[in-house]
Amino acid sequence: MRQVLLVAPILIPLAGASLTALLWSRPAAQRAVGLASAIALFVATLALLAQVIAGGMVVGQMGNWPAPFGITLVVDHLSAAMLAITGLMGLAVAVYAMGPGARERDRAGFPPLFHALLMGVAGAFSTGDLFNLYVWFEVMLIASFGLLVLDRTREQLDGGLRYVMLNLVGTTFFLLAVGLIYGLTGTLSLADLARVAPGVENQGALAATAVLLLVSFGAKAAVFPLFNWLPASYHTASMPVAAIFAALLTKVGVYAIIRVFTLVFAHDHALFGPILAGIAIATMVVGVLGAAAHYDVRRILSFHIISQIGYMLIGVALMTPLAIAGSVLYIVHHIVVKANLFLVAGAMRQVGGSFALARMGGLWVSAPLLGILFLIPALSLAGIPPLSGFWGKFVVIRAGLEAEAWLLAFVALAVGVLTLYSMIKIWNEAFWKAAPQAAPRAEWTRAERIATFAPIVALCGVTLAIGLWTEPFAAFSLAAADALLDREGYIAAVLGPNAVRLAEAAP
Amino acid sequence: MEILLAAAIGVLVAAAAYLLLARDLPRALLGFVLLGTAANLSIFAAGRIGTMVPPLVDQGERALAADAANPLPQALVLTAIVIGFGLAAFTLVLIRSAHDAFGTASADEMDEAERPDETPGPAAVAPAAASPSHRREAA
Amino acid sequence: MHASLILRVSAPLLLWVPAVVSLYLLVRGHNAPGGGFVGGLVAASGLVFHAIARGQAAAMQVMRAPPAAWCGAGLLLALCSGLLAWIDPAAGYLTHRWWFPDLPVTLPLNTAFVFDVGVYLAVIGTITAMAFALVAEE
Repeated sequence: MRQVLLVAPILIPLAGASLTALLWSRPAAQRAVGLASAIALFVATLALLAQVIAGGMVVGQMGNWPAPFGITLVVDHLSAAMLAITGLMGLAVAVYAMGPGARERDRAGFPPLFHALLMGVAGAFSTGDLFNLYVWFEVMLIASFGLLVLDRTREQLDGGLRYVMLNLVGTTFFLLAVGLIYGLTGTLSLADLARVAPGVENQGALAATAVLLLVSFGAKAAVFPLFNWLPASYHTASMPVAAIFAALLTKVGVYAIIRVFTLVFAHDHALFGPILAGIAIATMVVGVLGAAAHYDVRRILSFHIISQIGYMLIGVALMTPLAIAGSVLYIVHHIVVKANLFLVAGAMRQVGGSFALARMGGLWVSAPLLGILFLIPALSLAGIPPLSGFWGKFVVIRAGLEAEAWLLAFVALAVGVLTLYSMIKIWNEAFWKAAPQAAPRAEWTRAERIATFAPIVALCGVTLAIGLWTEPFAAFSLAAADALLDREGYIAAVLGPNAVRLAEAAP
Repeated sequence: MEILLAAAIGVLVAAAAYLLLARDLPRALLGFVLLGTAANLSIFAAGRIGTMVPPLVDQGERALAADAANPLPQALVLTAIVIGFGLAAFTLVLIRSAHDAFGTASADEMDEAERPDETPGPAAVAPAAASPSHRREAA
Repeated sequence: MHASLILRVSAPLLLWVPAVVSLYLLVRGHNAPGGGFVGGLVAASGLVFHAIARGQAAAMQVMRAPPAAWCGAGLLLALCSGLLAWIDPAAGYLTHRWWFPDLPVTLPLNTAFVFDVGVYLAVIGTITAMAFALVAEE
């Protein structure tokens, strides 16, 4: 049963993608299959999470090839949490995508690409092999290319090309790093790498490959100074696409950084800790300042993704249990909140007629419920208690203070205030000020309304739940941090007590 | 042989870097293809090189011949070639659509995605209204 | 697009010869160089030739289903080929199973071949989809 659950998060979206591709000419059936697949994915990831909490790490060797030779899937606490949140986001966005504009999206090929994207993300979260991670990155990348230029407008083609070009180079760097690491260590299994890496003779070359990996993952995660592609492209995508991108894509990069730098390059922390801390600080500041300078809801939210990525890197920069736990909590909270804000932005567009703050206004009068649904994730993003963001920031900043990283903690606090400024800006312009012109009356059916608001309400509920019942989430994050720092445990779980040692047969 | 491979990789990366800096998108794509080739060669060089014996188990044998080539880099390179090919093909289609839409394949002349935002009325805005993209256009 | 007379006349040949060769490669891949991926490439090249010679509509007619459907069917087949691994619940996914039924000829039935057929279909679907998008008439 554990083996089935282990691959289910990859197989279910794969089945979803292929079935929706097969049912191309039957939109109704296609939609039903897509929704069923999203529900199944959510249920399966929850079951896997329960399995991991109850019985620890789940490990499986694909095709029964023993560990360092074959492809290993490893799901520990962090992976399980990321998978569960992927399932939740997949379901929320699949429902939301049935809202306004669904028919055009389905015609353009949204369902197969969407499920392929989920498969790539789930694969990246569960693999225990560096080259396999590269393959999942590419699956995700190709699907995201297709999704980004779904409507083929000029704006999307331009933004899409910027996104594509930078990511092509980023993944090629990844491939280059894989080649060099294989040459240095003779293995690509993450567990085996973790075992071998501290003993590699040429530590300088290994550190160089680590930098290559950091560049490639950093480009994916949109950290400073590799973030330009994100604000150039995200706001052009249609809203369900932007929401799933905002929720998952950058977080895969963050996950890869956390995984590789806690597992493989942990012995080099003295070198990479300060680098990562510097990147985290620059990312937070640049992102939040970029957001402060913009007046389009989607672009403000895009820049906030960047600034929040900085918080997530604090854990791996400090490498203390509390800091890593803070990062985990922060990622979970951020995915929910950020995706929800994009969903709300889509609804605001539907009600208010525009994404540009200059053209919006009076939404508090015309749609007070939407105002409340905006305030919950917005205030949570800024870190107002008792919402989920407060606890995320609280743990991260406290970890910074405990590690005596004063600058890091101070910047994290200041960026929180600036985030609040941006959110208040959206609130004032879109909800509070009088409408500059009579907004065209939104025309949508009851079913579209439900499809739009049900996921928003559900995600608001999750935000509130994390905020009000923080205890289990915090305990889980601490357990995840312990699992991440227990490298010996990971190696033993994957390679087994008397594993064949590949590295000894190095070329 | 290894020095030759290393030199080839170096030349490829240099050429790729030059092409990637081009504003003309098909050229930049060629740069990506070259960079991918360099990466594949580096994986290949990271395995054993020098032997010509294919890594196939002969009829009736149960293991590879002792001097057979290392099969893993070959598998990795094959996978990477396939993926790189798919990405390049997709990007080519995308560049073509962009060319149809804009009438040009130069990145400089496509400026739809980062237009400056419309700013709300003067009462609401501080002087910091100019967005980064706006400033870039002014420069 | 007007292809030359020679190309148009030889189009059926360029379609079916690669198709047969591709099937040979697919089956041969069992124990020798070959397999679903190369086979799929060869078959797809035949279809692309057909599209160049007789137009995309003719190639689509030969394929009967849209490329995306080929791709979907292939992926689904490959996915299902791995499921039999769980005859033994502790085995990893994609552990392939073999049967040698008692027949006058040796007939190695196995799930790895099903996987290869899936790859074959998926490759045909992907390559043709991309090629058709590139040679699409203005």
